[in-house]
Amino acid sequence: MKVLLSWLQEFTPVEGSPQGIADDLSDLGLAVEEMVTFAAAPAGIVVARVAGLRPHPDADRIQLVDTDAGDGELRQVCCGAFNMAVGDLVPLATVGTTMPSGLEIGRRRMRGQASEGMLCSAAELEMGPDATGIMILPAGLEAGDDLTAALGVAGDVLFDLEVNPNRPDALSVLGVARDLAARRGLPFELPQPQVETSGAPAGESTSVEILAPDLCGRFSVRVLRNASGARTPPLLARRLLALGMRPINFVVDLSNYVMLEIGQPSHAFDADLVPGGALGVRRAAEGEQVETLDGVVRTLDAGDGVIVDASDRAIGIAGVMGGATVEISSGTQVVLLEAAWWNPTDIARTSRRLGLRSEASARFEAGVDPEIAPWALERFAELAAPGGVTLAPELVQAQGQLPPRPTVRVRTGRVNAILGTGLTPAEMRACLEPIGFGVSAAAGEPSPEFRSYPGEVWDVTVPSWRPDSSTEIDVIEEVGRLWSYSRISRTVPKSPHSGGLTARQRSRRRAHEVLAGFGLMEAMPLPFLAPGDLERCGLPPDGITVTNPLVAEESVMRTSLRPGLLKAVAYNAARRQPGVALFEIGRVHAPGDGELPFESDHLAVALAGHEAPAAAALWERLRRAMPFVPTEVRNEAVAGLHPTRSATLVAGGGTVGLLGEIDPAVTEAFDIAERVAWLECDLGLLLESHLDSPRYRPPSRFPSSDVDLAFVIDDATPAATVEGALRRAAGDTLVSLHLFDVFRDPDRLGADRRSVAWRLRLQAADRTLTDAEVGDIRAACIQAAAATGAALRE
Amino acid sequence: MTPDAPAALAAEAGALTAAAIATLEAVGSVAELTAARPDLLGRGSPLTGLRRRLGGLAPEDRPVAGRALSEALATVEARYDARLEELRAAERRRQLEAERLDLTELAEPPPLGRLHVITQTQRRLEDVFCAMGYTVAEGPEIETEWHNFGALNFPPGHPARDMYDTLYVDHGPPAGTLLRTHTSPVQVRVMQNQSPPLYVVAPGRCYRQDTADATHMPVFHQIEGLVIDDGITLGDLAGAIETFTTAYFGPGFTSRLRPSYFPFTEPSAEFDVQRPDGTWLELGGCGVVHPSVLEVCGVDSERWSGFAFGFGIDRLAMIRYGIADLRDLWTNDVRFLEQF
Repeated sequence: MKVLLSWLQEFTPVEGSPQGIADDLSDLGLAVEEMVTFAAAPAGIVVARVAGLRPHPDADRIQLVDTDAGDGELRQVCCGAFNMAVGDLVPLATVGTTMPSGLEIGRRRMRGQASEGMLCSAAELEMGPDATGIMILPAGLEAGDDLTAALGVAGDVLFDLEVNPNRPDALSVLGVARDLAARRGLPFELPQPQVETSGAPAGESTSVEILAPDLCGRFSVRVLRNASGARTPPLLARRLLALGMRPINFVVDLSNYVMLEIGQPSHAFDADLVPGGALGVRRAAEGEQVETLDGVVRTLDAGDGVIVDASDRAIGIAGVMGGATVEISSGTQVVLLEAAWWNPTDIARTSRRLGLRSEASARFEAGVDPEIAPWALERFAELAAPGGVTLAPELVQAQGQLPPRPTVRVRTGRVNAILGTGLTPAEMRACLEPIGFGVSAAAGEPSPEFRSYPGEVWDVTVPSWRPDSSTEIDVIEEVGRLWSYSRISRTVPKSPHSGGLTARQRSRRRAHEVLAGFGLMEAMPLPFLAPGDLERCGLPPDGITVTNPLVAEESVMRTSLRPGLLKAVAYNAARRQPGVALFEIGRVHAPGDGELPFESDHLAVALAGHEAPAAAALWERLRRAMPFVPTEVRNEAVAGLHPTRSATLVAGGGTVGLLGEIDPAVTEAFDIAERVAWLECDLGLLLESHLDSPRYRPPSRFPSSDVDLAFVIDDATPAATVEGALRRAAGDTLVSLHLFDVFRDPDRLGADRRSVAWRLRLQAADRTLTDAEVGDIRAACIQAAAATGAALRE
Repeated sequence: MTPDAPAALAAEAGALTAAAIATLEAVGSVAELTAARPDLLGRGSPLTGLRRRLGGLAPEDRPVAGRALSEALATVEARYDARLEELRAAERRRQLEAERLDLTELAEPPPLGRLHVITQTQRRLEDVFCAMGYTVAEGPEIETEWHNFGALNFPPGHPARDMYDTLYVDHGPPAGTLLRTHTSPVQVRVMQNQSPPLYVVAPGRCYRQDTADATHMPVFHQIEGLVIDDGITLGDLAGAIETFTTAYFGPGFTSRLRPSYFPFTEPSAEFDVQRPDGTWLELGGCGVVHPSVLEVCGVDSERWSGFAFGFGIDRLAMIRYGIADLRDLWTNDVRFLEQF
């Protein structure tokens, strides 16, 4: 919402530095996004009328403009813009002017044609941001006048405010002025429009009927006569222009002006095009059509509201856009000027459905003051009167259901309890009354379900322009807002808890640190996938779909971290950064039968340039570093992984992860030329629910004995099977077990077999193991290994 | 046989000593030196052998001759020791010299592991709040419309829902399963599942229907705070925000609240942080938890009150590290990742 300081000053005598006013507005919740002080245009810029437009004989990007600067002489100016029409008023920099940029305007020739001056855009004059065309000035200015004097905006200040959806009242100059006056303790008054009525009563020219009272709370019409030929008063046009609204014609300009000023949109009908001036409001029929002002035929549904004529023909869409058939024109003599209150939800729905949003529909959606329509119509008439327009006596209106105006029970003690203040009831009153809230002592007993506080209990009436306000907390917010949040003393609540992370959160952090400690970089791929990404990874295409993505690449939720990390590997490889070691810990989603889909934290590692054993080794290191549940690595084919170089991680009978190497066909599909070792697991399933501190075992003081055992093992038997047997057989005295050698020799060992050697270190806590004990353990290990099919290699 | 003249013995000892010292001077290594020791100082060495001839001296000559002989042996022994030291030192010097390395000859070390800048920023925030006595809560990223909007005082059709460009997912009927647009539904879950007093923060991923550009992404990170306790006020909120501001940004930073609007808090505010140079940074939204939200979540709004706040983690990371383009966070280019 843009407001001008001069306009605010019509409602309240606010003075002082613009920055101080901006600070007050921001502190009131009307954040000032931009503040512009209008500069004076340089001397020499005058208002000129476009008297003629001719093509340049030798250039098609320049046209010749005959300009009339009021001295009876036509000057030819070459101009590169084409947005003006004959009759428009434009700023002309006359010969000798120094532009804000420092450019001196001289007589020159452009492609052989004389140019006496320059037509200016708003940007060139530093009077606005628009650099797309020549600034079209409001009609009504005199050609030849100094531009700054003619516009009368020099020194004025524009505040561009961010207005929150709960403040429809602040979508008007009036509402902003009311807040500002209240904050500064200045008088504020809604002036009564001074307008005389004449001619036949309005009721002879129009009638109103509301057939959908839930849609239309009020429908007010005034009749204006002698409208043809009226022009927008220059001051109004200047202000509209300063706020970025281009003046269009008398009726539209005045309607916009009144809307900006007091927040009430209005709409004009040409009375001659509305049979009998009869206007009605009803819900549209399903599929009903109406041609709107923009020339588009709109198809409506039964939720939309329409304005109809006596024949029940739709002649406009309620609150959104008027109809083409009843549009006013320069020849319109009698105007039916309508101002209504529409149900905000209905307008929101229709404007969204039709994709039609306007300043008016935005205000109806937010909630217009239901009492202001008659005032708005009179204000319109007051502004139109100097143009010869006359107002017929009588307001013709019908009423539907208006929103209730509740009285709010407010405990002053509660106000202080929520705000953390110690305001007296009088101080609270001084915040509320200037913005229209009425305060009186509560009638009757307070309801026992409410906590009682020291202080007073009030019945507060809410002004009609504050539809957002209907409960005690709403009133409390108003007190705080007007008192100023910055005046509330700050206290820090003391948490009775010690704070900190849960065991699970600490473990997840540890996983991050361990992986980074291994030299891996944490990646953050987008959680969205494109259709086909999962299939490219060899995974089932069962990702949850996003129903309204902006782009297809963001239409599937990931079920695995694999596509994202592989894309990251490919991205780096394509930039001559092969061999990246990446990890991610992040959420994945999968379809489920519950209220919500399955969601869990996965951990994945991609080691580009490495083969499967690197993933197995990394898993072993990770496993040892983390409080994971016991897991077993099982060689087996995994979808999307190299089928003879993959394994699953099994815990408690269920699969909790997988490791190995990405299937070469998958890496190829991702344009990755390297091998990629891969680990992926469900962190949620792996983390122990309980974090017990490990019990310390002092190292034995007694000597240890090492036993080396080499076995010939079938390729089909996993080393882990033999290792497990050795571990169990060695028993309590085993302090470490290391696989230290693997070799193949078909001649000596046979095909499909290999030799695997382990070193066992045996040590007792309380004695030196005798040779006989070590010998017994060795024998037990050999026997246990033999049971798995492993033959001791002598 | 005539007894040896002591002079002869002394002369011989002197000659042998001179010879032994010459030998010691001539050896070039510790190994040669130790190999020569038996011949110079061992039992069978000529010098030691002279001891046997002491008996042939007149008794009155023996002490003098014996002393002379001992001195000779001591001289050789001392020289031996000195020579050993010298040779060892020389050998150590040679060895060390031979091992000389240019320590500026460096092969590229393996890359350092790194945590993503967002993880680091989120942790820093969590740590600040944990130190203030808050715990960290989490909730699902795919949410029900009720948790994301309804419970937070956004009735269906409420224009405030338009402030969020919501992405919906297909989770079968009933429709309305969505990607959470803010971390605020975690507030609802915390209030439903725990009893006051509550001091929690909820960091996490949120989603909006946004086109990726330098300042927008369809997915982003937020941190939400919720406090429910006895007699919590707007002043408490302002104080908590100020404490956080100083703890996170450092001394010289301060904060302010400006009235704003969110359906689930009232009074609502935006909070800004002022840098030491006086400029302001708009950080997030906050407010006193709306009584309707408390009631919907099973908290007696007359008995308890609370505040909530929320702000973007990505933006904080961008400001701290001078990252100009939000999309860089998501490219996974190692040239980005390795900088944090």
